[in-house]
Amino acid sequence: MLKFALKRLAFLPLVMFGVTALLFLCLQHLSPEMRASLYIKDPRQLSQLESVIEKYGLRKPVYVQYGIWLKQLAHGDLGYSETAKMPVAEAIMSFFPATFELTLVAFFPIIIVGVFFGVLSAVYRDKFIDHVSRFVAITGYSLPSFVLGLLLLMVFYGRLHMFPPGRYSLDTDTLLQAGNFHHWTGLLSLDCVLNGQWSAALDVLSHLVLPAATLLYIEVALLLRITRSSMLEELTKDYIRTARAKGLPERVIIRKHALANALIPVVTLSSLLFISLLGGVVITETVFDFPGIGHWGVQAAEQLDIAGVLGSALLAAFLFVCANLVSDMLYAVVDPRIRVGGS
Amino acid sequence: MERLKRIWKQLKRKPMSLLGFGLIGFFFVVAVLAPVLAPVEAGSRDAYTMPQSGYGADPVLPSHEHLFGTTESQYDLYYGMVWGTRTAFKVAVKVVSVSVLIGVLVGGAAGFYGGWVDEVLMRFTDIVLAFPDLVLAVVIVAVLGPSLDHVMYSVMAVSWPSYARLMRGDVLSVKERDFVTAARSLGASDARILFRHIIPNSIYPVLVVASLSTGSVVITAAALSFLGLGAPPGYADWGYLISLSRNWIMGSSGDPFAYWHTVFIPGIAIFLFVLGWNLLGDAVRDILDPRQK
Repeated sequence: MLKFALKRLAFLPLVMFGVTALLFLCLQHLSPEMRASLYIKDPRQLSQLESVIEKYGLRKPVYVQYGIWLKQLAHGDLGYSETAKMPVAEAIMSFFPATFELTLVAFFPIIIVGVFFGVLSAVYRDKFIDHVSRFVAITGYSLPSFVLGLLLLMVFYGRLHMFPPGRYSLDTDTLLQAGNFHHWTGLLSLDCVLNGQWSAALDVLSHLVLPAATLLYIEVALLLRITRSSMLEELTKDYIRTARAKGLPERVIIRKHALANALIPVVTLSSLLFISLLGGVVITETVFDFPGIGHWGVQAAEQLDIAGVLGSALLAAFLFVCANLVSDMLYAVVDPRIRVGGS
Repeated sequence: MERLKRIWKQLKRKPMSLLGFGLIGFFFVVAVLAPVLAPVEAGSRDAYTMPQSGYGADPVLPSHEHLFGTTESQYDLYYGMVWGTRTAFKVAVKVVSVSVLIGVLVGGAAGFYGGWVDEVLMRFTDIVLAFPDLVLAVVIVAVLGPSLDHVMYSVMAVSWPSYARLMRGDVLSVKERDFVTAARSLGASDARILFRHIIPNSIYPVLVVASLSTGSVVITAAALSFLGLGAPPGYADWGYLISLSRNWIMGSSGDPFAYWHTVFIPGIAIFLFVLGWNLLGDAVRDILDPRQK
């Protein structure tokens, strides 16, 4: 198992190298002047264009520029993100906790709702509840997150003044800036509670409601589908027939026997979902003006903030490799028949 | 062919898939009849450019003159919706067919030749897969410049890897079959074996998956337009129309729903279009899922 994990991790540098090299190649399509213009804030600075190109080595061949960037990376320097107005490492440290918090709030409802209705659908196959839950799930899967997000904002924020966009309101901002507020975890709602600021914690949570609800409705379909088809498969197996034959009540058969086995693919899919949420949900974060990794990554890409794009892509590549690793290992953990790495 | 007929027979019996057919059929008719439903105004330089009545900033509610009202900058929403249907089909068909083609060629070559060809092609595929879809797509569009064609290129660039992976797996199993050995012993060339024997026998699952992913392709392309990277101003495209509504979702003071139509109408259209594809895809997947027999 350990050997297998190490082999998978060895893939990580390759992916990171490839992802960043590919980005560099894409960006070479732009002239040095265009890439330099990112650093120019004021028309009066235009005369300095040449010196900016010189300073950042933008006219050098692409592999030299990539080499320079790699060398900086080796020294722990990810560069400066112009969109975030801070160094890339700092930007990741500031945006990642926000995405992590949103992921935590969104993830568990998705799992609970998806598994519950998935099992219900399988048990009552082709009955009313099966059709309804599958239809609701597929409508969510078909709804673009920006349409759902805008409609939710229109009703809940515009009309009911309940769940505002952003990460927190002005009052909370003042509180966070105050010197005596300790950032223990980076998860703002938890930090507020730890600091004894209950109303601020509620404020932070109320900002998470709409993005989490959007993610729930859109992401639940896949989980429901996998749970249902996996459950259906288990229910046709011999050991279930045996259990029925010896007169066990249907509830026990479903809960104790079928569900335990049906959840194997669900566990894997859930781990993939968790990590993909961690990578940032670009559109949902953008619609709700939520300062997370995805929002930042897309802003950086739109404005050709090279350091920012490279930083967010590195993080995403890292999460991708982790996701593959975790899902393969989980398979082995939940299903003893699978031996990873063996013959 | 036999298989397709059987799938069609089962599809006809499912209410969900019939609803899917109905939705896609409806949009198809709208797309075909676009010049009749929304005649191009005389003097317009391009049928896909929405007519603009005035330059007022505020959207106007539906009326006799403007069936669905107007958007920000007074583009006629009805015209945009009708011609946007053509845009949606164009994007869906082009993106899906080109990314399937790339995936089939890359995956087919990797599976067929094996060895270092396989290693190089599949590691490259993994690298593209490792990107967050939208970030790579946005970089590509940002570098090439915003336009609908560039949006299509970028969505193609991020959607071929999953087809390549699938194709490779199928080719690996098909190439061990007896008929391939037979063709080889008859002296057929590599290219002939690959294109005449292996690809036709392994492309089927890829085609099914492709038809299922049409909905998500439409969503990704619309998302790029929503971010302001897609169609040029005034172009009849649903994603662009929704991006126009972003500033108006709060309505006017005292009436939060004053401009509901700007997000609701194009939003519903994208939703129903994608839903149609997904309902079809869902039904096809049910039929093909061997575990649910």
